[in-house]
Amino acid sequence: MFKLKINGKPINIDVEGSTPLLWVLREQLGLTGTKYSCGIGICGSCTVHINGEAVRSCTVPVSTLNASQDIVTIEGLSADNNHPLQQAWKELDVPQCGYCQPGMIMSAAALLKTKPHPTDFDIDASITNICRCGTFNRVRKGIHMAAEISQKNQKNKRGGA
Amino acid sequence: MKKQRIDVSRRDFLIHSTVVGAGFSLGLILPVASRSAFAAGGAVPVSSAASEVNAWVEILADDTVVIRIARSEMGQGTLTGLAQMVAEELECDWSKVTTEYPTPGENLARDKVWRSFSTGGSQGIRGSHDYVRKGGAVARHMLIQAAAEQWDVPMEECSVANSVITHKSSGRSTTYGKVAALAAELFPPEHIELKAPKDWKLIGKPVKRLDTDDKLNGKQVFGADLQLPGMLNAAIKACPIFGGKLKLFDASKVSNMPGVRKVLKVGDNAVAVVADTWWHAKTALDSLPVNWDEGPNVSMSSASIDEVLDQGLTSSDKVFVGNQNGDAGKALKGAVKTVQATYRYPYQNHATMEPMNATAVWTKDKCEVWCPTQNGEVALEAAAKASGLDIKQCDVYKIHLGGGFGRRGAVHDFVTQAVQIAKQLPGTPVKLLWTREEDMAHGFYHPITKCKLVGGLDEKGNLSGLHVRISGQSILASIRPQWLASNGADMITFQGFHAEGDHAMSYSVPNLLVEHAMRNQAVPVGFWRGVNINQNAIYTECFIDELAHAAKKDALEFRRQLMKDHPQSLAVLNAVAKKSGWGTATAKGVHRGLAVTKTFGSYVAACAEVSVDKKGKLKIHRIVAATDPGYAVNPQQIEAQVEGSFVYGLSALLYGECTIKDGAVEESNFHNYPSLLMAEMPEVEVMVMPSGGFWGGIGEPTIAVAAPAVLNGIFAATGKRIREFPLVNADLRPG
Repeated sequence: MFKLKINGKPINIDVEGSTPLLWVLREQLGLTGTKYSCGIGICGSCTVHINGEAVRSCTVPVSTLNASQDIVTIEGLSADNNHPLQQAWKELDVPQCGYCQPGMIMSAAALLKTKPHPTDFDIDASITNICRCGTFNRVRKGIHMAAEISQKNQKNKRGGA
Repeated sequence: MKKQRIDVSRRDFLIHSTVVGAGFSLGLILPVASRSAFAAGGAVPVSSAASEVNAWVEILADDTVVIRIARSEMGQGTLTGLAQMVAEELECDWSKVTTEYPTPGENLARDKVWRSFSTGGSQGIRGSHDYVRKGGAVARHMLIQAAAEQWDVPMEECSVANSVITHKSSGRSTTYGKVAALAAELFPPEHIELKAPKDWKLIGKPVKRLDTDDKLNGKQVFGADLQLPGMLNAAIKACPIFGGKLKLFDASKVSNMPGVRKVLKVGDNAVAVVADTWWHAKTALDSLPVNWDEGPNVSMSSASIDEVLDQGLTSSDKVFVGNQNGDAGKALKGAVKTVQATYRYPYQNHATMEPMNATAVWTKDKCEVWCPTQNGEVALEAAAKASGLDIKQCDVYKIHLGGGFGRRGAVHDFVTQAVQIAKQLPGTPVKLLWTREEDMAHGFYHPITKCKLVGGLDEKGNLSGLHVRISGQSILASIRPQWLASNGADMITFQGFHAEGDHAMSYSVPNLLVEHAMRNQAVPVGFWRGVNINQNAIYTECFIDELAHAAKKDALEFRRQLMKDHPQSLAVLNAVAKKSGWGTATAKGVHRGLAVTKTFGSYVAACAEVSVDKKGKLKIHRIVAATDPGYAVNPQQIEAQVEGSFVYGLSALLYGECTIKDGAVEESNFHNYPSLLMAEMPEVEVMVMPSGGFWGGIGEPTIAVAAPAVLNGIFAATGKRIREFPLVNADLRPG
C-alpha cells in the first residue's frame, strides 16, 4: 500500500512498487489526462508536477513517492480551465491533435513557476516535449501570453488589496 | 408537404449524447460510443428533445445545433472547417454549434448518406465541400419551410439569421429549436442553390476550433484512454521480422504474474497478454518467452535494399513512365552542359504521439470497436473481417486521434488484432494498446526511394532536357494493389511530376522523361503525411537549384524562366521571394533557399533562412511560406497546419530514418528516432493566398517545400549538396 497526495487529495494505492506513477494515475485513479507515448522519459506526454517540478511520470516508480509530496496532474492544474496557460492556449488555439498538450502545459506551468517571465531561450531549454503535429510556435506564444495574464492578475490583486 | 414520420430504427439514431449519458456515464464527450448497445446496456433511451432535420444537422429544443462530421479530427482542424461549411449554409448561431461523428455502421444502414469517411490525402474539406454545404442549405430550407407552414405564410417571405427565422410583415419570429421537430417531418427540397463565395460569412473566417477546451485539462478522451465497464487490457508483440510468424510461447511463465488473465495467439504472427491493467499486461509480456519463425526476410538489411535500389536506377526491368514530352535522351546528348545527381530518401515512421490502439467487444451476434481512425469505413471492414460476422452486425465508434499522419487510414492492423483478441474473450471488452516499441517495429513506413536526375543546359544556360529515374518502393503495391494502373504502374509515385492535375509539375520542361523502377521490399509501406511529394519535391527543387548553380543563374530567376505557363505556382514563389527579401542582404552567415510545388491541389512555396557554423551545426532561423489553396475556410487553422507541416517535414529531414537489420527495423523509440524540438523550431511566417475557383488541400502541401528550401539554404551556406537523408548523418561543416 502506497500513500500519495494527488491534486491535493490523500490517496492509498495498492499496486506493485515498480508500477510507474503514470500507470497509477491512468489505471488506478482514472486520471487519463496524463498520457502514455514513449514510456522512457523522453517525449514528455506524461509530465506531472511533483512539489512543483515537472517530472516525466512514466519513469517514476510509485515506491519512490510518499504522501508528503504534492503531485499535481493536468486535471488538478486549475479548477475551471482558468490557469493562465489554459486561457492563453484557448485564445491562441494552440492544440492540434492535443495528445501531447497536457504534458506540454504541465511543463510550461512548471517553467512559469520558476521563471514568471521566461525568455525564448528559457522556453527552448525547458520545453523539451515532443509534438508531432508541430504546435511549437503557438506553444511559445502561449507561454509568453500566459506570463502576461499572470502579471495582470497579480496587479489586479494588488490593486484590489 | 409532410412525409411519414421516420421509422423507429431511424428514430434510434436520433439519440443525443446528453440524453444517453445517463445510461452510460463515462464522463466522456463521446456521443457515438454512447449509442453502443453494449455501452448502454441495451436500454437506450429515446430522446424527444433532438430532431434530425437531415443527416448533417440535428437541432435540440434549446437551439443547440449538432453538425455530423463523417471525416475524422486528428489535429488538422477539419472538424471545425466542415462545421463552418455546414453552418454557413444553415445560417445558424455559430456559438451554439457542436459536432458528432456518425458511425460507419450507421452510414451503411442509411445507404451511405454521409458518403466518404476517408480522412487522408488532404481531402477532408476539398473532397466534401459541396455536399456538406448542401446538407446545411437543405436543412435551412426545411427549417424555414416549417416556420412558414406554422404561420401559414409563403416561405419566400421569411428570412433567417443566427438560427432565428423572421416573417417581417407580420412581425413574427421563431428559432430553429422551436421548428426543428416539424422540419424533420418535411420532405427535403429537390433543388437547392449554394451561396456564392462572395456571400460567405463564416467560411473564410478565422474562428476558433470547436475541440480545444477538453484538450487543455485532460478531459479529451483518446482511444488509449478509453474505459468501458468490465474492460480488460492487452499488450501485444508481433514478430519483429517482417514476414515472420509466431512459433511458440510459454504462457506458464507469466500466468501467475499480477493481474494476468490470458495469454493469446493473435493472427499468425503475434502474441498478446490480457490483464486487468495494461501495465500488468505489458509487464507480463516483457517476461514471456517467445519463439519466432523468422521467415524468408531475416537477411534483409538497409544495405541489401540499397543494392536493389541502385540496380533500379539504371535497369530497364519493371520501369514505368510517369510523364514525358519531347525527347529527353536526345536533348541531353545535345546539351552544352549536363548535370547529374543521385538522391536517397529513407524509410520513416509516422510516430503518432498516441500509439496504435483499439478497443473491441465481441459476441456471436455483434462486434463493436472503439478506435482512433482516419477512415471509419476501413476500420469497420477490418473489424467485420476479423470478427467473422456480417458487417451489419459490426460497428466502429470513432474517437479523435492522437495523431494520424496516414498511419490510421488505409490499414487497420490494430483493429484486426483487437477483434482477434476480443473474439477469444466473448462478451468482455478488451483495449489493445501498443507500446512505442511495437509502434516503431510495425509501421507502414514512408517508402524508401533513390532518384537519379540528369539535366541538360543549352548555350544560354536554359534547361533543355531532364531525365528523372526514381527507383524504390510502391505504396500502392504494398497496401492498395487494386489501385495500380492496368500496366502495373503506381502513379502516386509520380506526385509532383505529373503533366497535369493535383500534383502537376510547376515547370515547363521542353524535353522530359520521368520514370519509376518499382523495387518493392518486404518492409510494409503506406501513406505518410505528404506521401511521395516529400521526397519528390526534394529531388525536383534541389536539382533545379543544382541546375541554376551550374547555369550560373539566380535560383529564383532560373525557376521563373520555367514557370511562364504556371502563373499560380509563380505567384506563391514570387510572394515568398518578396516577403523573405530574396536578393537582398541577410544577417551575417545567414543564407536563403527556395522551393515551390503544386501538390494535393494547392500551390505552395517556401523560402528558408539558415546558417551553418564551423562545427557543422545547422540553425534554421526563419521560413516564409505561401499557400494558395483556392478557398481558405479557416485561415488561422491553415496557418497552424503550415507551421505544423514544417515540424513534421523538418523532423523527417533532420532525423527521420528507419534502418533495417536482420529483417527488422532497428529504431525502437524517440531516443533513436528523434523528432524536432522547440529549440530547433524556426520562426514561420505564413501567407495564405486563396485565389478562388478551386479547392486545394491544406494538411500536407507545405510539408513538401520545407525540406528542399532548407537544403538549398544549406548549399548557399556551405557549398555542400546533401543528397542522402536524414541530415543528422551528414557532415555539414563548410568546406
